[in-house]
Amino acid sequence: LVKDRATVTKAKVVFIAIAVLLLAVLPLVVKREGRVNLMILILLFATLAQSWNILGGYAGQINLGHAAFFGLGSLVARLLWMSGQPILPSLVAAAVVTVGFAMLIGVPAFRLRGIYFAIGTLALGEILNVTVGKAWPVVSALPGPYLVTYELVPRYYLFLVLALLTTAATYLLINSRLGFGIMAIREEEEAAESLGVSALRHKLLALSVSALFAGLAGGAFAYYHVSYYYQFPFSPMWTFDAMLITFIGGAGTIIGPIIGSVFYVAVKEILAVSLVEVHLIIFGILFILVVLFLPGGFVEAWERIQSAIARGPRLEALRALSGKEG
Amino acid sequence: MLEPIAQNLAFGILVGAIYGLAAMGLSLVFGVMKFLNVAHGELLMLGGYASFFIFTVYNVDPFLALPLTMLLLFVIGLALYRGLFIRVVKLAEEIKIKNSLLIGFGLSLVLQNVAVRLWTANERGITTSYSGLALTFLGVRLPLVRLGALTIAFVTLIALQLFLRRTYIGKAIRATVEDWEAASLMGINIHRVYLLSFALGSALAATAGTLVSVGYSIDPGMGLHWTLKALIVVVLGGLGSMVGTFAGGIMLGVAESVSAFVVGGTYREMVGLFIFILVLIFRPQGLFGER
Repeated sequence: LVKDRATVTKAKVVFIAIAVLLLAVLPLVVKREGRVNLMILILLFATLAQSWNILGGYAGQINLGHAAFFGLGSLVARLLWMSGQPILPSLVAAAVVTVGFAMLIGVPAFRLRGIYFAIGTLALGEILNVTVGKAWPVVSALPGPYLVTYELVPRYYLFLVLALLTTAATYLLINSRLGFGIMAIREEEEAAESLGVSALRHKLLALSVSALFAGLAGGAFAYYHVSYYYQFPFSPMWTFDAMLITFIGGAGTIIGPIIGSVFYVAVKEILAVSLVEVHLIIFGILFILVVLFLPGGFVEAWERIQSAIARGPRLEALRALSGKEG
Repeated sequence: MLEPIAQNLAFGILVGAIYGLAAMGLSLVFGVMKFLNVAHGELLMLGGYASFFIFTVYNVDPFLALPLTMLLLFVIGLALYRGLFIRVVKLAEEIKIKNSLLIGFGLSLVLQNVAVRLWTANERGITTSYSGLALTFLGVRLPLVRLGALTIAFVTLIALQLFLRRTYIGKAIRATVEDWEAASLMGINIHRVYLLSFALGSALAATAGTLVSVGYSIDPGMGLHWTLKALIVVVLGGLGSMVGTFAGGIMLGVAESVSAFVVGGTYREMVGLFIFILVLIFRPQGLFGER
């Protein structure tokens, strides 16, 4: 458990401050729309993956229906925004509806344990996916007046704020008493309960926070994307992307989903030009390898390298010592 | 008034037999190894494509080529178990369930996109010379290929049942389902049972995939849909009995077609999913299962 607690050193604070500053001034320097769009994608996936990570990585509950939250947020925000509401109240409404939905399904869903929770949420996600596909079988395209005022930079800042908010909230939650409870449930549910940690309440909390940020990410997507089928954000693809990114980066770590997202978007972009499906094949294989051999993802790989470097000189010293003795 | 209902019921039973067959493979693997292979739908897809290419390239009837298709997927199953799932079965219970789920998910992603890459995302189906023919019985139209599929499904069920009850290795499989530790102490080679069950499950998926490609249509993205169907059926039928699983398949098919009649075809997919969630929550052992 101690390992999960991300420690903040002075160097890290400086590093984070510089990174945030760079991200904040980025649209002033980078003028090419394609680049800004890529950054938006990275921020979107970082938010979505982090929101999956809260429940999947920290609470250990594999949610295969995460797209339902993303989709619900996008649907509510899009409908309100297109009906003439300003975007911020629309986002708030999207968050409220998504969290409300999460609370509603939470109690019955957590009657299911382990793999049953996973397949139950998979079915739930498909129910929403099919329902929305039947109820709104059309493309949602922004009307003329919206297109005239459409600007990329405000969208970029919305996604940036959202990604920072999600990351900060996850950090604070995980380092709180409640966060320890959530991780304790992941490690051993019975033992946690015997120490007075209510499994259901902590799981519900993790689910709600997870749904909140997924819903907000969906809302921001609705504000960003010019035209798409209403059903599109409900596609199971969004769940799978979030899972892949989280696991490849490092599930149950704060930085994992961020690293994973950068890697994911970069590789996708490099391969997208010539080989459309190949990036998913590569990610699928990478994902399997990570699950089998490197359960901590890139974060664990980095830690291993670091500790190997740290051990290096000591080994040298030991050898030197033993040399003297012998 | 009565005829459309009968027609609907007939179609429900015909498609339900394929659901049952798809679920039998999943159920076998789950029963023996206690993990769910979420890439089962992709194995079914591979079986469908194998039949499709055997038919279009070599012009062999898909029903006659069935043993070959099954053998092909049997071998693929062997390889997948040897390469991937063998690393999971030795793990402790909880982590085994989780990791196998994740590996199955990664595998389905890989297989699906390899299929798109190799064979494009187009929908395909096998059209034999007798594809348009149908029997009419009391005003109910029964397409010949779907009747053939029903027959194959029944034959497979009976053959599997005989295999599991009469042969040594079949009995070993059933013993492992009951209690692998005891089975292992009785001198059963558990790892051979695992290997064989997984390959057999893949071969069963190939059968279902063939029937889908003949009576309906296949495409690289069909896996998730069929995995869900098989999961629903397994949960409906409960574990442990192949007959129960098969009955669960027929039930799902009938429930879907009846609901298509009552609430309209658009929501037929939802019915199965709803039943699935309700059964999961209130009767996790399945409608026919015992605990």
